Amino acid sequence: MDFNDTPQEAEYRATVRAWLEDNASEYRDPPAESWKLPEFIARSKAWQAKKHAAGYTGITWPKMFGGQGLTPMHSIIYGQEEGRWHVPQGLYSIGLGMCIPTVFTHGNPEVIQRYVPKALLGEEVWCQLFSEPAAGSDLAGIRTKAVKDGDEWVIDGQKVWTSFAHASDFGIVVCRTDPNMPKHKGLTMFIVNMKAPGVTVKGIKQMSGGSDFNEVFFDGVRVQDSHRLGEVGNGWKVALTTLMHERLAVGGKPRYAPGYETLMKLAKGVEAPDGSPAIGASDVRQKIAQTYINDQGIKLTQMRALSALSKGQVPGPEQSISKVVVAKTMQDLASFALDLSGGDGFVAGSDADPELAKLQGSYLGSAGLRIAGGTDEILRNIIAERVLGLPGDMRPDKDTPFNQAVPV
Amino acid sequence: MNFDFSDEAKELGEQARKLLAEKAGTGPARKAMADGAPAMDAGLWKEISELGWTAARVPEAHGGLGLSVEEVAQLAEAAGGSLATVPLVSTLLATEALVLAGTEAQQAKWLPGIASGEVIATVAWSEPGAVNPANVKTVAKGGALSGVKQPVADLPVAHVAIVAAAGADGPQLYIVDLKGADTATVETVDLVRRHGKLTLNNTPAEALGDAGDYQDWLDRAAIILAYEAIGTAQAAMAMSVDYAKTRVAFGQKIGRYQSVKHKCADMYIKLELARAHALHGVAMIGTNGAELRQAAAAARVASLDALAFCAEENVQLHGGIGFTWESDCQFYYRRNRALVAALGPRGWWADRLVRALEQRNRAAA
Repeated sequence: MDFNDTPQEAEYRATVRAWLEDNASEYRDPPAESWKLPEFIARSKAWQAKKHAAGYTGITWPKMFGGQGLTPMHSIIYGQEEGRWHVPQGLYSIGLGMCIPTVFTHGNPEVIQRYVPKALLGEEVWCQLFSEPAAGSDLAGIRTKAVKDGDEWVIDGQKVWTSFAHASDFGIVVCRTDPNMPKHKGLTMFIVNMKAPGVTVKGIKQMSGGSDFNEVFFDGVRVQDSHRLGEVGNGWKVALTTLMHERLAVGGKPRYAPGYETLMKLAKGVEAPDGSPAIGASDVRQKIAQTYINDQGIKLTQMRALSALSKGQVPGPEQSISKVVVAKTMQDLASFALDLSGGDGFVAGSDADPELAKLQGSYLGSAGLRIAGGTDEILRNIIAERVLGLPGDMRPDKDTPFNQAVPV
Repeated sequence: MNFDFSDEAKELGEQARKLLAEKAGTGPARKAMADGAPAMDAGLWKEISELGWTAARVPEAHGGLGLSVEEVAQLAEAAGGSLATVPLVSTLLATEALVLAGTEAQQAKWLPGIASGEVIATVAWSEPGAVNPANVKTVAKGGALSGVKQPVADLPVAHVAIVAAAGADGPQLYIVDLKGADTATVETVDLVRRHGKLTLNNTPAEALGDAGDYQDWLDRAAIILAYEAIGTAQAAMAMSVDYAKTRVAFGQKIGRYQSVKHKCADMYIKLELARAHALHGVAMIGTNGAELRQAAAAARVASLDALAFCAEENVQLHGGIGFTWESDCQFYYRRNRALVAALGPRGWWADRLVRALEQRNRAAA
């Protein structure tokens, strides 16, 4: 066993590293103050264009769609190296990670020609319009409808939890086109112009105080039939290909989230009940060990997956445990550390100790992370059903026409 | 990056699982539990010795195959999953100590017999009143040991024991020839694996390495035992998953209920975390890596967590039938206790993990 790159991987890494040294120098340190949205977008676009010119966009995409035609390992190596810098990140992850692969898999040639190059260059930003107020975990329960009118479709309804909708030019939207069919069968996917008449984007303020998501309202929004992705009624299968393109998350724990090291540092300066430093207390040491086991365990599990990719194999199913472990571990660690800090861990804002403020952010944010991108419960269902082969939940509405399904 | 077992090691693991699925498992374990049953399956021991399993780690110069710890890990996992009534893991643990710290003469004396299967070896660190591997009361004086070791796995069938005793610089290992030694059988919660009591009364013993070697051996032993625990936990999980697919309640397979499904998912999650750390440990042994101590302790803690959870929830998931004597659930439930007793409790190892992290931080500062 070894933790080294193959010679080919090492060569690519060296090239990437040299390029970043030459081109990312302004992002060596984190920004003194986090960027406001217009600056973030401007910086993201400039960085994407620079990457594009150097051949570091669409690394795994086929060359016919403007990609580099390289392996997932190349993409991962680029991501690891870029992750050492504080370049603007995130604006394109959904568009290029999920939406555009769906466009080039299911779109017609004109649509591909029109949208893919501009998206890859970063000129146009994309969002994914799937979840609805009444359809989160149960995604196929969406109600936003699209009705055919001549050569166009008319969309009415509401989407929610749409990241970057307010910064997006286009989106892919899954709609119900036939409510007389069972829920999974009456769906169709479209490309929608986010600036079209009838599209309203409203920010959502989260309990953490941040605003990462939006509600999007559709009121008689018209879409050309040429902008349909896949066959009418085939939207569920198209949506599944979108979700399959979700890139392999490499980091495990979010980059800046507190971990076991935070607790080790904190516990040196806090008193245990007997007045000695808390780092010597058995419960504190047990919590440090458990946090290490969970966070480092996920990192190591991801390295198992990378090893498979590096050998050109398909990674095993073990990767499926990542988020369900990471999110809850973050919450438990933050909660434990704030407990340990007593009143100091409760004082917030400009009066707070910066390290404790980070833990507060992690405590509030982890509650959302346990839900985003698949709840703890849905992820456990997926492990049980797809990995262990247990039968699916009973779904009484599965084969009933959508408009006749009655809750049991 | 190549963070995975070699194809050769996987192949040996596959071969071992296949053979033990046929020759061992809960059926033979149940027979071994009966009064008057033999202390081990001598026929199976002969067969696996002939296949070279006990020779795997022994250097070629001493009649072995000179393989890596990857093969040992695979064998330990297969043994754990099958509950095989052979002293394989005990012998592998003792072999690791001899390979790590033995002098040429000590290796020449013991390893050829271990490789051929004629010599059965075990390790003895546990003592009455001792709850962690740092705390040994058995003393070494003038080439002899005095103290009591129990419970010692497979002692009733072993020919040689690697014994932990207090040396000049703290606990270290000694070799005790069991010929003529004062041994007795000890009843334990695990009714399948035989354990014993070794009474040392100025009993001749040879030092095996020094206090540092003892600590290094603990790391290796923790990793080998982690694989035994992983194999055992995996078998308990498989039993749960199979039952959840067939048992019907309220008109549906119980595996459709999320309370059941999520329990099984949690078994899988804990097992995969244990596998990640155990593999890290194997990689650290193979590469002489600086993270061996933390990897070994993490593997020990994570594997005990996985085994306890899988073994306990396996009974729960089976309901009343799982609590009966006739059910196989008890084998994993009881073996969980054996694997904790084999090298000290979770809490001590969690603390060792944090000490290793502190040591690393000090070194980096």
